[in-house]
Amino acid sequence: MKTENQKAWFFVLPVLALVAFNALIPMMTVVNYSVQETFGDNVFFWQGLDWFQQILRSDRFHAALGRQFMFTFLILIIEVPLGIAIALSMPRKGFWVPVCLVLMALPMLIPWNVVGAMWNIFTLPDIGLLGYFLNHVLGISYDMTQDPVAAWVTIVTMDVWHWTSLVVLLAYAGLVSIPDAYYQAAKIDGASNWAVFRFIQLPKMKTVLTIAILLRFMDSFNIYTEPFVLTGGGPGNSTTLLSIDLVKIALGQFDLGPAAAMSLIYFAITLLVSWLFYTLMTKDDLN
Amino acid sequence: MQKRSIVPIVYILFLMLPIYWLVAMSFKTTNEILSGFSLFPQTFTLDNYKTIFTDPSWYWGYINSILYVSINTVISIAVALPAAYAFSRYRFLGDKQLFFWLLTNRMAPAAVFALPFFQLYSAVELFDTHLAVALAHCLFNIPLAVWILEGFMGGVPKELDETAFVDGYSFPRFFATIFVPSIKAGVGVAAFFCFMFSWVELLLAKTLTAVAAKPIAATMTKTASSAGYELGLLAAAGTLTIIPGAIVIWFVRNYIAKGFAMGRV
Repeated sequence: MKTENQKAWFFVLPVLALVAFNALIPMMTVVNYSVQETFGDNVFFWQGLDWFQQILRSDRFHAALGRQFMFTFLILIIEVPLGIAIALSMPRKGFWVPVCLVLMALPMLIPWNVVGAMWNIFTLPDIGLLGYFLNHVLGISYDMTQDPVAAWVTIVTMDVWHWTSLVVLLAYAGLVSIPDAYYQAAKIDGASNWAVFRFIQLPKMKTVLTIAILLRFMDSFNIYTEPFVLTGGGPGNSTTLLSIDLVKIALGQFDLGPAAAMSLIYFAITLLVSWLFYTLMTKDDLN
Repeated sequence: MQKRSIVPIVYILFLMLPIYWLVAMSFKTTNEILSGFSLFPQTFTLDNYKTIFTDPSWYWGYINSILYVSINTVISIAVALPAAYAFSRYRFLGDKQLFFWLLTNRMAPAAVFALPFFQLYSAVELFDTHLAVALAHCLFNIPLAVWILEGFMGGVPKELDETAFVDGYSFPRFFATIFVPSIKAGVGVAAFFCFMFSWVELLLAKTLTAVAAKPIAATMTKTASSAGYELGLLAAAGTLTIIPGAIVIWFVRNYIAKGFAMGRV
């Protein structure tokens, strides 16, 4: 039981101050820009909600949002089942466990632009390992700078390479916490592998899988650096995800107002979907 | 059991292939890279690494990155420890809302904050310092550290606190000499995560620096633009960015699984 103690606020104060400094002030700046028009030189004009209407009605935004949802959907549908499958087939104890975990965690510790650059080198049509193999050994014509499908396959594969381990490690943490007695009981009952998975392992992994799905949703929905370095949003606009488009507008065209309005809409969508996921996945706990 | 281990082996091979290719490229000369495909370096060279270790604009990139990552990790853990203790031990006005609000900061796309961050840190005259990047990364690292530490602290029975106070320990002494050592693993895991997310982040780090605190990841972008396309150099620089992560992860290898579960399993 926790005791009621308002003085606990003093413990939280430093955290609150630091995060508020970093979150509230920039957020206020964004809100400020989103309702104004500027022609430079710090001269601003009141614009009301025009930018919001303009963004919400623009085809460009709809297209980028559509690509973003497509990307995140593919990421979740591939990485979550794959991660669970790999976690299930890992050894539970012994010498190989830490070795596996360290090797699997390695991609997550590589700076994001290095990940993009690495995959760029890896997929170059004539001199990259994957590009050479596909083009010259398998005879599949593959060049992601020309072909939108190849570009999509590449950015999705890159993200699977980069982040599936997060799901694996979370699912694995859930699995090792299951006491042996559960499995012995299942064996006595003659439960099938599927039944063991469905009624013992999956429920025990639920908390960590909720965390995994939420983190994967947030991070894939906000992804910027890796696809930007790898494809630059191309060919054409085929891999211009929402954040790439946002940076193009904000820093490329320096349209601060529309970019700020778009940021807020973007943030609101992320919050809303995260909240939906969270509510749906923890619904059973509340009942 | 034997048949099952094929899955992790294939997966790890898949993970290692692009890394192998990066490392292999880093030992090749630019000539060899551009002249055609070779699975292993034919003319093995250390020139790319030599360039990086002798050119200050390269190796300072590493020093800068390591500096701000270390500062960030220290700040994040230092302020997150008491906060996590408050969340795990006490109820107070607005505690749940505050906890949730902290977590929402992980959801804001860094692209949203890039420009306002630049203005904010220019205004407080911290632009192009290690401290600026370290403080900016607190935005997503502190909530994470609080979350992980709170999970680990929840596993420590409250009787530990009560016994210590009965024994006449003051709060700071109890916290520093008894409580924190009892969640060593949690502190290690939280520090690892702070290190990791600060090390891999580039957009904010690049926005907040120009020359003096420029991170290695930003230095790398120059290979693509100047003097043609120096793939060998890029590969060597990339390879070197993997090493600090690999070292840190080796230290926490036994806690990784638990740490990823945020201590909540």
